[in-house]
Amino acid sequence: MPEGDVSVPIRSDADVVAARSLGRSVAESHGFGATDVTMIATAISELARNILKYAQEGEIMVEPIRRDSQAGVSVVARDAGPGIADVGLAMQDGFSTANSLGLGLPGTRRLMDEFEIVSSVGSGTVVRAIKWLR
Amino acid sequence: MPVPILKQGDCLIASIQSALTDAELLDLRDELSGRVGRHRSKGVIIDVTALDVLDSFASRTLRTIAEMMRLRGAETVIVGIQPEVAFSMVQLGLSLDGVTTVLDLEEGLAHLERGRRNRVANARG
Repeated sequence: MPEGDVSVPIRSDADVVAARSLGRSVAESHGFGATDVTMIATAISELARNILKYAQEGEIMVEPIRRDSQAGVSVVARDAGPGIADVGLAMQDGFSTANSLGLGLPGTRRLMDEFEIVSSVGSGTVVRAIKWLR
Repeated sequence: MPVPILKQGDCLIASIQSALTDAELLDLRDELSGRVGRHRSKGVIIDVTALDVLDSFASRTLRTIAEMMRLRGAETVIVGIQPEVAFSMVQLGLSLDGVTTVLDLEEGLAHLERGRRNRVANARG
């Protein structure tokens, strides 16, 4: 994975595989172990799926980050889709608007250390999640 | 890439070789459904050792496959879920309820063989 290639456009199911492969590669090259790498890749998979399902297209960015002396990996999922009317409700286990397993957001949050979602109806959704290296 | 499916006795063995797209997983579902009928298979093993992620779609599709096979008269056994994949599935809240899962291919074959012996024993009364 070349340095700087941190973003994957999400438009098809093949892009979901590409995005989690990018996440795996960035996390592995920054010292994450197999369990954390898999959690990051799984979280990316779910976020990419939500983009496809609700916004049809968007992008996933994966970058190494540093805060004070702590190193980690940041995942950003961005789309310009319909947005989420009630983020609080969407973060509850079992909530779904598309008759599926739910948005998967509560589960995705459990896979990561930090999870933040900013969404407004009509202008899209940005999810930022971080996993810290232990 | 397509998933190779081997026929061994009255079992089918689908051996996933690399990460699959959603479309490829659905192709696997359709292919298995057809072959179970053609070969009159009683057991289906899906080896997921090579999958580094089992997300919500993959879990749901495996459950669907297992239920379709059951309706067609065959038992499905999922083998080879890696420890870190299992951990992520639990964290994400996914389950494969109602689907038989065993450690590896060897255990999967042994499980189906026990089922076959039981059927023979029952048939003899």
